Formats: sequence, structure tokens, C-alpha cells
Amino acid sequence: MTEETTVTEETQDVAHPMDDLLRMDRMPHIWCPTCGLGTVVTALALALGKSGIPLDDIAVVSGIGCTGRVAGYIKVDSFHTTHGRAIPFATGLHLANPKLKVIVVSGDGDLIAIGGNHFIHAARRNVDITVICVNNFIYAMTGGQVAPTTPLTANASTMPYGNFEPPFNIPHLADSCGAAYVARWSSLHVRRMTTAFAEAIATPGFSLVEVVTPCSTLYARRNRLGTGLDLLKFYHDNCEIQHGADTRSLNIDFQGKITLGKFIERPRPTFLDRLDNWYGQVFGDKYEPYVGDRK
Amino acid sequence: MKADPKGVLTGAHYLDGDHAAAEGALAAGCRFLAGYPITPSTEVAERFAARIPKVGGGVFIQMEDELASMAAILGGAWAGKKSMTVTSGPGFSLMMENLGLGIMMEVPLVLINVQRGGPSTGLPTLPGQADMMQARWGSHGDYEIIAICPSSPQEAFDYMITAFNFSEKYRVPTLVMMDECVGHMTEKVVIPPADEIEITPRKEYTGPPEEYLPYLPDKDMIPWMTKAGDGTRFHTTGLTHDEKGYPVMNADCQETLVRRLVDKIRTNADEIAILEEEEIDGADVVLISYGISSRVAIPAIERARREGLKVGSLRLVTVWPFPETRVRELAKNVKALVIPEMNYGQVYYEIERCAAGNARTVLVPHAGGWVHDVDDIYAGIKEGLK
Amino acid sequence: MNEIRISGFGGQGIIRCGYIVGKTASLFDGKFATLTQSFGPEARGSACSAQVLVDDEPIRYPYVTVPDTVVAMSQEAYEKFGTDITEGGTLLIDEDLVKPSEPPKVGKFYSIPAARIAEELGLRLVANIVMLGFFTAMTDIISPEAARTALPTSVPERFVDLNVKAFERGYEYGLAVLGKLPDGGDEASKKAKASEGTEKKKSRAKAGAGSKGSKAGTKKAEGKPPSGKGTGKKTAT
Repeated sequence: MTEETTVTEETQDVAHPMDDLLRMDRMPHIWCPTCGLGTVVTALALALGKSGIPLDDIAVVSGIGCTGRVAGYIKVDSFHTTHGRAIPFATGLHLANPKLKVIVVSGDGDLIAIGGNHFIHAARRNVDITVICVNNFIYAMTGGQVAPTTPLTANASTMPYGNFEPPFNIPHLADSCGAAYVARWSSLHVRRMTTAFAEAIATPGFSLVEVVTPCSTLYARRNRLGTGLDLLKFYHDNCEIQHGADTRSLNIDFQGKITLGKFIERPRPTFLDRLDNWYGQVFGDKYEPYVGDRK
Repeated sequence: MKADPKGVLTGAHYLDGDHAAAEGALAAGCRFLAGYPITPSTEVAERFAARIPKVGGGVFIQMEDELASMAAILGGAWAGKKSMTVTSGPGFSLMMENLGLGIMMEVPLVLINVQRGGPSTGLPTLPGQADMMQARWGSHGDYEIIAICPSSPQEAFDYMITAFNFSEKYRVPTLVMMDECVGHMTEKVVIPPADEIEITPRKEYTGPPEEYLPYLPDKDMIPWMTKAGDGTRFHTTGLTHDEKGYPVMNADCQETLVRRLVDKIRTNADEIAILEEEEIDGADVVLISYGISSRVAIPAIERARREGLKVGSLRLVTVWPFPETRVRELAKNVKALVIPEMNYGQVYYEIERCAAGNARTVLVPHAGGWVHDVDDIYAGIKEGLK
Repeated sequence: MNEIRISGFGGQGIIRCGYIVGKTASLFDGKFATLTQSFGPEARGSACSAQVLVDDEPIRYPYVTVPDTVVAMSQEAYEKFGTDITEGGTLLIDEDLVKPSEPPKVGKFYSIPAARIAEELGLRLVANIVMLGFFTAMTDIISPEAARTALPTSVPERFVDLNVKAFERGYEYGLAVLGKLPDGGDEASKKAKASEGTEKKKSRAKAGAGSKGSKAGTKKAEGKPPSGKGTGKKTAT
């Protein structure tokens, strides 16, 4: 199998450049027209292709929801798990075979609500996994219910008069739990998102990329924000790139400015680094490092 | 294949059931345990945590809860390590979620439940046998599962190996339903040399990677398995799926899949069954028991026999899949079946169902918190003879 | 079958003591032994007990019903468990930590200043092993040879020597109480070890049901008041 993704003249007619990265036998995908998820998958596939990591050594894990379906389209070992449990599942995959580069792609509800506890602990332990959190501001697959990321006053089917619960600031949450890499992009910023995915994957430890891409069907319609194209225009006009921004300043207000960028990049020992270092100290030469031929 | 000597602590030991179970897991080749502390099961995790850096090639991680523990061992098993977790009632409830995923994805793993008194927080330090139906049906949806009930530390060791072997052979999560009494009692445990421990290897796929179909069943209904990183680049999901592992949302696929998940265990039920029978021939009454209750029943049976009563004993080492065939046969040849269990009727109703009116069924219930009084079981035997 | 209850307060190494009894019997005396323990939510300080069944036949019912042998190493444990004993049973106490309000109604009653002997050895935490030695001498449940074999692998490595000493002190104390301490040979050294209270021990042995008088005597001999509530802390040996 090849990791080659560049299109050559010879192959152009017969193969899609993503053939080796996506499960073409599953296309078309289930997502709505103008949903940002397709862009996220493309960006991730590009990042994987460029990463230099053999695709056989990559695993993608998703939870449940619209974003939960990502695992089903990327042609690596892929796991579509239970709601909220993508991170602990990924933790098990990675710990049991540290050679695997494990990437979690899931939604804001999955990762931050039902899976919130796993999110903060994986960041605290600095488990060497990459988490891509696609933030669409609502529970989309179930019909547009309020999420822990829904901006204040935005309408959702279970906040029919507008949301009065303050949302999570995801980069700040990840930062304060010790994540090694934290970035946020929108689905309009394809190249930067792709770069961020690649950087996150290359960073040892818990890395997080939040991708803001409000649900173009339910969130946009309920809040009278127009079509998916209108949303993209909105990002274009209202996103500010501010690398290194204080993560406390990254709240997202309803139809307010959205700060994007790479906020945190601070490699620190991973769970398995610490495990091997510590047991090496405790047991001395008798200890056989668990992660022997990792690199 | 034989056990890896690295994990086998050959010799005679004085161990409690929890520690013996941890040694059984290591002997079986388990190298990944993700768990969350809960009385009275924690000693299994503690022993594993202490031993794994010395055994090598494995990891223990204490997760943030039981939901995560169960999810993590699914990942661990898919990455190729024999994996397990351990818990008690409240944690068992939380694990039901991803136990279902394990059943759906057909993941070999072992889950120990050191049962305590319930419902809810119940009696953390005292025994119960009231999670038996949760073991059978606790996760939503339709499925079959394997559950083994050891009754001593020696059996906790021995049957952990059996549990891992079953889980690999049938690609099904296997439950080891201990109880606080067995978990915390300390007795002699003899651990044999590694070359005397038979290990069932994973049913590995060895064909061309690009042709791999993760859920294409073999003749025995069990699909071949690969692990992440093997190059097959497979997909697996908790959704109803076809042979490729791709989601298919229709009744036909559901029928094919669920029927196979059920049948791969059900049609092998007789092969899976581990039963201990004693003086069944000519018995008027047969006492059917499992776990610690089967030990406590022995003095009651002996007392009845001393009085000339014809009492047989059927011990269910495996409670699930339920040994229907044997119980149906038995019911036709005896007056009554007497069932002591530490609950108010769980396995009892399975027995009543299989007795189908051919024999009386007498439940000797106990709410848990202690084991049965021998006198109560004896009275149950007398009741059966009426 | 012997049904044994060893009791004291959490942190005294009560469970360890029961563990070694069971291990000795089942691994080195060729018997069957089942140990169970009472768990409370408290880790330290409260009454705790270890129950050991020892039999020549496999043990079915795993719990002690009425013990024939009770060891009490704290007042609270004595009050909780001291009277739950078969008629004709054997009661062993730490005489500094347990003060029966009336003579116990048991078949055999022996006492030993286990904690004090442990202190003399330099570590109060080995009182449980002193008691184990005493238990070995006063009952025929486990053999001293087997106990000596079991001991080194049942205590932390760095405390093996101390625990072996503690066992021997308790064992010799018991032999002295029974008047079985052999004469001749290296007896002199043994006596030197048992040293200070041989006479007292003998008198107590005769008293059988441990008269209060003899215990008052031991208090004086020690020169410092024994603490009624144990000061033993931290982990068991």
C-alpha cells in the first residue's frame, strides 16, 4: 500500500487522489451539503498523507454523532465507538500498542459533554493521542439540541427560547488540563486546519484541534443564519487569527468574533514517557522499558 | 499454545481470590488492565499494578471511571493485548455500556465482577450473587455471553485462564462472576508451570491484508481477527454492520448479525458448559448452585445424605450460556431441583423454565451480606423431598 | 477443624498474623486453611479481626461460626470477640492491652505482653508476630517448623530478621508458660533471651486463667505504664 497522495498525470484519469486515504466504497458520505465535516475529513486525510507516518500505523477513533461518522470514511484502522468514549478507547489502543498514532475525531457533545471527564483526564495524563473536536454548536444528529458549546442566546430545540447556559471554552479547558498542543480553526481555514492537524499529530502528548463549523442545517436554520455559504462568509468576516492568545479569552459569543490560531505548544512527558522513566528509576536495570522500539 | 512463563508465578501460594484472579490473568497472557477502584474488587487491580512492571510487556492504568475502563480495554484488545477490567456492582452497571460495544465488535476480553450486596451502593464489603441477570442481560439489545463463577481462590486463578481462552475462542467478552466472599477469602493456590497452562491463541487473520473482511464468519460463525497496525486497515463499529464492518441500517443485516452473535454462543453452549455433577443418578433431589453457594451447599448435602436422602449436586461453573440441555434432562429424572442463590430468584427462574413442570423447583433465597446458612439449604432439600 | 479468630485494632497487623497462620497450615503443614477478614470502612484504629479455619479436610463453609481459639490484642476487640468462643476454647490476650473485667470463662486462658516484648525488640509493630509465636506454642494448630518456613516470605524483606526474633520470643514465652522450655544444651542462651520475666511467666502458667495479680506484676516489671489503647501505628509488619 502506498502513502503517496500527489496526483500525477498518469493516475489522474483512473484514481482519485484520496483513494488510498478514504473509503471510497462508502461514498457518498452521510453529511449534509455545506456541512464542514467533509472539509475536516479532507484536511485530516491530507495531513495524514503528508505526515510521513505509514498509514498502517494510524488509527482513527470516533464517538457518536455526525462527527462520529468520520472514522468510517478514513481508510486506516478505524473505530466507531460509543457516545463519549472515543478518548478512553483511543487511550487503550495507544497504551496497548504505543507504535500506533491514534487520532480521535468527534463532536463537541461527544467529547465535552458525555465524554468531558475523559477529555480532561487524557489531557492531564498527557496520553499521546490527537483529538480533533468538531464544534458545530449543537447536537446535530439528534435534531439540534443544546450542547455545552451552544453560544448564549442561540436557539436550540431543547432551548426553544434561546440558550441561557454558558458554554465551554474548549481551548481553555484543554489548556488548563495540560494539553501539549491546542489550536482552533474554522472549516473555512482549510490549509491552516490541515497544518494544525499535522502539527498536532507530530506533537507528542495530548493535542487538541477545535474546528468551529456550526451545523449548516439545524443550527443555521433555527437561528436564521442562512445557508452554509452564509456561514462561511461569516467566518471570513468575523474570524481573527491570534496565535498564542490567552486561552481564557476564547469564549465564543453568538454571532460574535471568533478567535482562531495556535494557542498552546508545550511538549511535556507523555503518560508512557513517565511510566518508563519512573519504573526505570524504581527498578533500575531490572526494568525493561515498555516502549522499547517506539521510534 | 502454552503460557508465556513471564507471567506465570509457578508455585504454591496463599492468596485471596482477587489476587489469585490477577495471577490467573497474567498467566493467561493478559497484559493490559484498565480499571477503577471499587470494593471488593480493587485487589485484583492492585496486584496487577504491582506485578506488571516486573512481568514486562504490559500496562496497568487507573482510568477516571468504569465507563472509561471498559472502553480502554476494548482499545487494548484491538491493539493486540489480552485485556481485562475488574469491578463490582456499581461499576458493573457503568460498564454495561461498553460491554455492549465489546459484544457488537466481538472483542475478546475478560471482565471480573466481584459481586457485593446491592442494589445501588448496597454492601460494599459483603458478598452477593445478585448481578447474575445483569451479567446475562445488563447491556441493552440481544446477545449471548459467557459467565463463569469460581468458588475459591484456586478456581479464581484457574478459571481466569479459562475465561481468557473462551473470550479468544468465541470472540466474546467473558465475565468472571466472583463474589466478595471468594474475592476476599485466602486459601492455598497452586500455580502450575507455564508449559502446563494451555492458552487459546487469537483467531488471527493471515490472508492478504486488502482482502480482509473483519466480520466474515468462519464455519464456526466466528470471524477472524486482526489488530490495529496489522495493515488490514479495517473498520469496526457499534452500529449494525455487514461483513466489511460497515454500517448497514436495515432489518436483513440486523437479522444476520444478531442471529450470528447469539448462535455462535448458543450452538456451542454444550461445549462451553463446565458442570460439576455428583451423585445425580438415582437422586430424588438435585441441588443446583454456583459460586460460593456451591461450597456452602456441600455440608447441607452431606447432612442430608447421612440421613439417607438421595441428593445429587449440579454445580454450574459456567452459568451463562445457561446449560439448558442438562437441566431439562435432569428435571425429567428427579422430584425436585433445589436452588440456593444469594438473591431472590435469578438463575432460579432459568431453572424453573427448563424444568418445565417436570420437577418441582425450590428456591433458597438469601439477600446477600453473608453466605447461606447451611441449615437453610438443608431445609430447602427437605422441602424438595416433600 | 479449628476455628480461629485473631482480633485487635486496625494497624496492629492482625490480618497479617491470621494470614501467616493460614499460610503455615496450608502450605507447610499439609492442611487446608481458609482465611477471611472483617472489613470496615476504617483503615486504622477500629476493631478488626481475621478468621482462620484449619482442617485436615477441604473447607466448605468459609466462615468461622463459633471459634475455638481467640486471640485478642486490644480491649475493644476483646470486648467484641472475647466471649464468642466455644466452651473449652482457648483465649490468648496481650496482657497490657486487654484487661478482662472478670476472669474469662474459657477452657484455657493465656496472656503475653506481646507489644512490650516487641518494643524491647525495637519495633512495636512486630507484636503480631510475637503473638504468632505465642499462638504456635499454646495451640497445636500449626507447627513451629512450618511457621518458621512461612514467616520469611510473609513479612517485608527488610524486617525478616526482626520478625524471626519476634516469633521466637513469643514462642519461647509460650513454652515457658507451659513449662516446656527444654533444659540443657544452649538453654543458657535461651534463658538469657527469655530473661527478665521467667519467674513471672511460670507463675502465670500455673495460674492458668491468668489472675489479675500476675498481670499487675508485669506492669511493675516494665517500669513504664503500658498504654491501654495501642500506640502502634502505620503498617503492619
